Amino acid sequence: MRLVKIVKIETLTKWLDERLTISSVVAMAQKKEVPLHRHSIWYYFGGMTLFLFCVQVVTGILLLLYYRPSSESAFESVQFIITEVKFGWLIRSIHSWSANLMIATLFIHMFSVFFLRAYYPPREITWLSGVFLLFIVVCFGFSGYLLPWNKLAFFATKVGTEIAGVVPIVGRPMLRFLRGGDDVTGATLTRFFGFHVAVLPATATVFLAIHVLLVQLHGMHVPKKYEHNYQRMKFFPNFILRDLIGWILAIGVLAALAALFPWELGEKADPFAPAPAGIKPEWYFLFMFQTLKWLPAKILGMDGEVLGIMAFNGVAFLLFLVPFIDRDPENRRRRLIFNVIGVIALLFIVVMTIVGYVT
Amino acid sequence: MKNDKNTTTSVSPAPTSLARRSFLDYLLGSTALATLGAIVYPVFKFMSPPQIVESAENSVVAAKLSEVPVNSGKIFKFGNKPGILVHTATGEFKAFSAVCTHLECIVQYRDDTKQIWCACHNGQYNLSGNNIGGPPPRPLEEYQVNTRGGDVVVTKS
Repeated sequence: MRLVKIVKIETLTKWLDERLTISSVVAMAQKKEVPLHRHSIWYYFGGMTLFLFCVQVVTGILLLLYYRPSSESAFESVQFIITEVKFGWLIRSIHSWSANLMIATLFIHMFSVFFLRAYYPPREITWLSGVFLLFIVVCFGFSGYLLPWNKLAFFATKVGTEIAGVVPIVGRPMLRFLRGGDDVTGATLTRFFGFHVAVLPATATVFLAIHVLLVQLHGMHVPKKYEHNYQRMKFFPNFILRDLIGWILAIGVLAALAALFPWELGEKADPFAPAPAGIKPEWYFLFMFQTLKWLPAKILGMDGEVLGIMAFNGVAFLLFLVPFIDRDPENRRRRLIFNVIGVIALLFIVVMTIVGYVT
Repeated sequence: MKNDKNTTTSVSPAPTSLARRSFLDYLLGSTALATLGAIVYPVFKFMSPPQIVESAENSVVAAKLSEVPVNSGKIFKFGNKPGILVHTATGEFKAFSAVCTHLECIVQYRDDTKQIWCACHNGQYNLSGNNIGGPPPRPLEEYQVNTRGGDVVVTKS
């Protein structure tokens, strides 16, 4: 009986292999190795971000079963999820916390790639797809934040879309496109819902596929210092098992955060109520928020906020150009300049975030 | 000589065929572009929201006199935009657009500082609507205020 079973499984495997060439994928996975050196720890953050993205997809689909995207019912439907639906509070809190952790691991991943120079040729497109993914994830955060239709979300969206609106020439049409009109209304909520559950997931899937495929194609980058002096670890099962431990830890952290600090819903949005005192955006926008707060009304005859926003746009654009400006591993001077820029950017983000948080 | 003649005869149709091919390429390219345009243009127009004509409301009852005690403020609807009515400590009524000129948050009256304040980025305006602190680049739009019976009526000047 047992023999028959084994034979049947073998036949099925053979049948599948003939059609899907699974054996070549298995062979590739067995051949794949991960370099081992002092900075190997940073390799885990890409996988961790991907894992948290999967958590987002699963919890997001679950929330979709109850969420209703209109200004009349969005807030009430989230209230229903967290008060009436069994484990609704847990699913919603995990979705919110996981989004925040994902952005944190994404930032760590990006800065580690930056400082370890993993964007050197031939990995420019891997970097580009990664930067696109960073912006897609930030858009996920921004669009998802409005969906509960509470006061904080309302003003965050008002300010965020207005920031897009002050960009010269394209700003105003972009603002109207994002808001679905001149003001933040139910039309904005419907649009953001569409972006959040359809447009962004589709775009993210494409860029994620490119990103992961290129990582497989080029293998893990080894910093120049360790290029001739490193050991290797089998990707399967050694590295993947270590990854798995990280993911299990992440589930534990998420569950603990969701249970101890359930994500608040706040008050329903009212387009005719003043912005509440102490209003702040999500932590990953806090450094920009604080900068805009400190910028004077006029700088060199221009509106301070326009200049600030243009500067942030400029930096975002420069992020795409990094692998095309710093492309020579032998150019030590340029490497030093990029290190200094990276440290200043990191310090600026950290300090402004802390200041924004405590003031 | 004979060969030359032959060569000339065999080469001569080429320009015509090349011209025909380029013409077809051009036609194909234009058709592809036109098709793409015919798809993209309606999609693009569909995505940009239609302009909704604002109600030409020039005057509105912002509050009852009893609703706004001295040294307080109230947000009221002016068409589809918010306005702010302030009953100053000196007993005067003032009204402005409640939309902050910085990044469009809705402002409020602070009875402790006797100023109009935007909580989003700490913008401050005095009771003439002028931006006096924080990042707002321009003053708030001011409205005229009249009292009619027990009502406070705000009018766009």
